[in-house]
Amino acid sequence: MNKQPKLRQREPMSETQLLMTIAICIFVVMYGLAIVFLGGGFQRTQQFFNILNDNAALLIISCSLTIVMICGGIDISVGGVIGLVVMTCVVYLNSAGASIPVALLIALGIGAAFGVVQGFLVSYLEIQPFIVTLAGMFFARGMTTIVSVNPQKVAHEGFLALMKQKIEIPWLGYVAKKGNLVPARLEIGVIIALAVVVLVYVLLRYTKLGRGFYAIGGNQQSALMLGVNIKRTRFIAHTLSGLLAGLAGFVFLMHTGAGNATNASAAEMNAIASSIIGGTLLTGGVGNVFGTLFGVLTLATIKAIVPASGLTEPWWQSITTGAMLCFFILLQSVVLKKRGSKKAKAAKE
Amino acid sequence: MKKIKQSLMKLRSSQLLVPCIAVALLVIFNLIRDPSFFSVSLAANNNGDPVLTGNLIAILNGASELVILAMGMTLVTAASGGQDIAVGATAAIAGSVFVKVLSGGPITGGTILLGFVCCCLVAMLFGAFNGTLVAVFRIQPMIATLILFTCGRSIAYWINGGATPTVESPIVTAIGSFIPGVPVPTPIFIVLAVGLIFALLFRFTNLGLYTQTVGINQRAARLNGLNPTAIKLLAFVILGACCAVAGVISVSRLSLINHETLLLEIEMDAILAVAIGGNSLGGGKFKLSGSIIGAYAIRMLTTTLYAMKVPSTSVKAYKAVVIILLVVMGSPVVKQFFGKLSAKIKAKTAGKEARA
Repeated sequence: MNKQPKLRQREPMSETQLLMTIAICIFVVMYGLAIVFLGGGFQRTQQFFNILNDNAALLIISCSLTIVMICGGIDISVGGVIGLVVMTCVVYLNSAGASIPVALLIALGIGAAFGVVQGFLVSYLEIQPFIVTLAGMFFARGMTTIVSVNPQKVAHEGFLALMKQKIEIPWLGYVAKKGNLVPARLEIGVIIALAVVVLVYVLLRYTKLGRGFYAIGGNQQSALMLGVNIKRTRFIAHTLSGLLAGLAGFVFLMHTGAGNATNASAAEMNAIASSIIGGTLLTGGVGNVFGTLFGVLTLATIKAIVPASGLTEPWWQSITTGAMLCFFILLQSVVLKKRGSKKAKAAKE
Repeated sequence: MKKIKQSLMKLRSSQLLVPCIAVALLVIFNLIRDPSFFSVSLAANNNGDPVLTGNLIAILNGASELVILAMGMTLVTAASGGQDIAVGATAAIAGSVFVKVLSGGPITGGTILLGFVCCCLVAMLFGAFNGTLVAVFRIQPMIATLILFTCGRSIAYWINGGATPTVESPIVTAIGSFIPGVPVPTPIFIVLAVGLIFALLFRFTNLGLYTQTVGINQRAARLNGLNPTAIKLLAFVILGACCAVAGVISVSRLSLINHETLLLEIEMDAILAVAIGGNSLGGGKFKLSGSIIGAYAIRMLTTTLYAMKVPSTSVKAYKAVVIILLVVMGSPVVKQFFGKLSAKIKAKTAGKEARA
């Protein structure tokens, strides 16, 4: 009988897993420290849920950025698409006879249109993705002001009811001063965003298409030799990214309920930052959508901790965010470099 | 005649084709729309001095910051194969330092020089920070500069303690608009000076060649005895200095610093200028002249749109359409397609001639 050796040699972690693990650890440590030292709101589940509620749209576009970045591209139009979708949906919902499903279709349609056009230009005409999506961002931002310059609020009753719809979890709530239980509230947008995360995870991990994303991002030549249709895969990645940005716009509207020309400004940069913190490399081929989830959470937690810890001047929030970003980026660089030299050593032996 | 044909053929294969076509199209479009669009006239300004006015001067003047930044950006793009997205933020920091130094006491020529030197040093320091991340830690430039992009404007805010101070002085006004007695806006002279410095730098040093070498193949550059780290770092430091100059011009125009709106989104325009100039955003070969023409083309487009009474908020949408048309024209796939098409037509006509 062949006996299996008890201690199997564990496969070393892939770069994706390693970077994701770092991100998760740092998030847990940071949140733990916040609970211990800042106490107060951070001990309540609601604080955590608020972070999720506020960042559902960001989470969705971070997923789309992760997909595109794994392919070795970039999509900086997502923030602009959110702005355009929000404004268009508000204007539509405030017109007579509007219905919510049609608004959702409009949102997805706008996003998909951006994705298809950008995907075509990037993959079939081989134009640099940065320039194409930059033009996409300009176009979306400009169109937003053409749709409406003035800020608008949703007045559609059905939509307002949908906005108020929250999932209440009593056993995670807390007892208020007056003695009545305040349940923890989660918005519908968060459920959508988390569903997107799971779906994208399955797509990236278990489908041929998803493996194709990693292949073309890692090494285009080898992907070609393996029979991956590079142009089509890249096209699909950008289309997906646009579609998700449209969905994110709808979720954004469900959270804010108002359209403004500056909605979601610089959201694309936050999304890129989240993906990076979560361990996605801009060079392509490395990335994990669960890491991205923790990237979003880390970024949002930093922003919540700074004012809570007494740094109330308006500039501290982004300065600390920048410092943390710097820390994460340096950490990744150092870790990857060390692994690279270890691998080289192992190869030599 | 032959010479013209030859130079035309040369232009066809050169990377300057797209920016030149862009400028030519804009000029023709404007001349058809309004023949007096480019007319320049002498008119008295607020101080009573005769100064040149007109759309042409407005374009040349307004593009100053963009041109200066585009020159630095070209160098960074060529050396590192990536772009600095924090130039606007760095310029805001430099402007804040400039204002901070000036607001310390009475403003004289000396303090302005001191302020400029200080803000140049600070901006170069931030450039060196970006450069270190890129060159030493091998981080992609866009990610490395994302840090300053996130927090740069807040640092600028912090420097002036949360205020938006003004600097009232005839000298500052002279830098931002006109020197009394000179009818041409001062920023145009500054652009010329910066361009001259770059030209001399490329003429008397091997910086251009070395930058290209590092951008094309870093390993090969190292094997040839170049130091890629130092050259990349140098490119970022030079871009930092460019940011300082752009920041000072921008502050002087309004005589105040607004950290939120100073040169907002100029990084996108600067990268665009580099791309329209026919430079690969992946690094390597570059042409400074292409980026300069590209920057003027962008400004001309904006001025044209304003002249057509397009509201300033929606200019971006039209700009995007023109950009896409330009890059589609310049895309290798489209070029190949038209090359094949013209070859086919030629072959057909040749066949017909042969039969005849």
